[in-house]
Amino acid sequence: MILQADGLRKFYGEFCALDGVSLGVDAGEFVSIIGPNGAGKSTLINILTGITKPSAGSVRFKGREVGGIGPVRLARLGMARSFQLVQVFPDLTVLETLQAAGVARLGRGARLFASLAGDREVQEAALEVAELFGLADQRHMPARQLPQGDKKLLDVASAFALRPEIILLDEPTSGVSTADKTAVMETLVAASRRIGLRAIIQVEHDMDIVFAYSDRIIALHQGKILADAAPAAIQADQRVIDTVIGRKAGAH
Amino acid sequence: MKGRLVVMAATAAVAVAPLVASTYHVLLMLPFMAYAVVLLGLNLLFGYAGLVSFGHALFVGIGAYTGAFLTSHGKIRSLEVILVAAAALGALVAVPVAALCARYVKIYFGMLTLAFGMVFYTFVLKFYRLTGGDEGTPFLRPSLLGRSLDAMPKIDYLVGPYYYYSLAVLILAALGMWRIVHSPFGLCLKTIRDNPVKAETLGIGVTRYRFFAFVISAIYAAVGGALLGPPTGNVDPTLAYWTHSGNLVFMTLLGGFASFFGPVVGAFVFIYLQNWVMSIVPYWRLIFGAMLAVIVILAPEGLMGLVTRRRPAPASRA
Repeated sequence: MILQADGLRKFYGEFCALDGVSLGVDAGEFVSIIGPNGAGKSTLINILTGITKPSAGSVRFKGREVGGIGPVRLARLGMARSFQLVQVFPDLTVLETLQAAGVARLGRGARLFASLAGDREVQEAALEVAELFGLADQRHMPARQLPQGDKKLLDVASAFALRPEIILLDEPTSGVSTADKTAVMETLVAASRRIGLRAIIQVEHDMDIVFAYSDRIIALHQGKILADAAPAAIQADQRVIDTVIGRKAGAH
Repeated sequence: MKGRLVVMAATAAVAVAPLVASTYHVLLMLPFMAYAVVLLGLNLLFGYAGLVSFGHALFVGIGAYTGAFLTSHGKIRSLEVILVAAAALGALVAVPVAALCARYVKIYFGMLTLAFGMVFYTFVLKFYRLTGGDEGTPFLRPSLLGRSLDAMPKIDYLVGPYYYYSLAVLILAALGMWRIVHSPFGLCLKTIRDNPVKAETLGIGVTRYRFFAFVISAIYAAVGGALLGPPTGNVDPTLAYWTHSGNLVFMTLLGGFASFFGPVVGAFVFIYLQNWVMSIVPYWRLIFGAMLAVIVILAPEGLMGLVTRRRPAPASRA
């Protein structure tokens, strides 16, 4: 198990956003988390990535307790994430964004007087990721000028630029047109092979994407795990169809 | 490369100024150069880390008082020693202040720096035996590169050796800061300015970088502060007063915090404009207040923003 969560609970005042969630992710797995709005998906992702501290329960990453240690240390341990609402550095170019990830990965942020332009390892790594994600042509463009879809890609690309062991993607294709979703996913899968990623967890609403790429699917409902199984079994699970898939199909 | 030519031309102009300009104008260049050093540091916080300090007069004061104390009480006249001591003392005081302030952003950061500035001002004012209270402490003429220049007439000293010494310090400070903002460290600062949440998920520890940026800016402020002393020959508490911190922010805004040289331009324009306005009307603060309002509304990126505008202004930058 690379990532293992046990008995996670999260209360916001009286409201229970997560009510005893346990899950594990193995090396080589692509796991999707699905569920209707308010099921606790974002809370779960935020706890797994160290941004939110759980009220109870534990998260172990590579056998090490990481509950609430914060995103900075988790990133250094080898866990990266992207956001549902796209997060970029508005005034930094595509390359600068990816270089920042490289600087952080290589632990070179303390180099006060070194030339960034002269750091070939950082420069080359950034360009490589830009090419991998098809952002090489816009590499000198500030992030705020990118089209929405490319901002999303840059957010994901900068997570990949950390060369993490595991990556958590919060709706990687939200805001991307249906026609482009498959292309984004293909890019992701190719990039994960390239950097030797060990596991991907994604939160995703698009059931076509979920069923096409997942090794395993975890369905959340009202803060609890409704089902945790292979895609075929999930597709046949009447409760999941009623609470998650059916409703989403209607929503689209 | 055009930018590099402009900078070299400007530096050359400053270097020949004592040969061609009137003594009066050359003397005004001294506070300009001192403030330029202060503002290069302040802008590491302001422009590159996105934090506006309203308390940096504290560090200017520490630098100036270090020089005054060493020359008056310590019998140390070497400007090299004074500058190193000012930098060291600035850093020493900055460490605890930065450790607290770096946890806060926006108005909370600004108010906290203001509070520390006020504490220091009161200290300077009340510890009469150490600081001379409101009368201040004399800053005796420092020796330069081991040479005592006490025999020289004061004006000759200031527009001659001291002028070029200040220029050399400014050039070194600018080169150092140029390297810092173009280093991996500088890039990490910019990520924090733009989006701290995203920076953290990339493994960039926001508080640590803010802390180091603060300490570096304090060192620059202290060195610049020490350079402010010799032209007037006296250091008094107004240097550490909070309105002086406000002036530093004003200069930065005037020149433009989004550009590396913006604050340097701001210091230059501020010093000469202040002098000119004061010579024609007694209410220079009124004029400057109106100017500040116009800058914020019409030219939020300052004078450099007007000159170098190549891209649409960012919608907002907190």
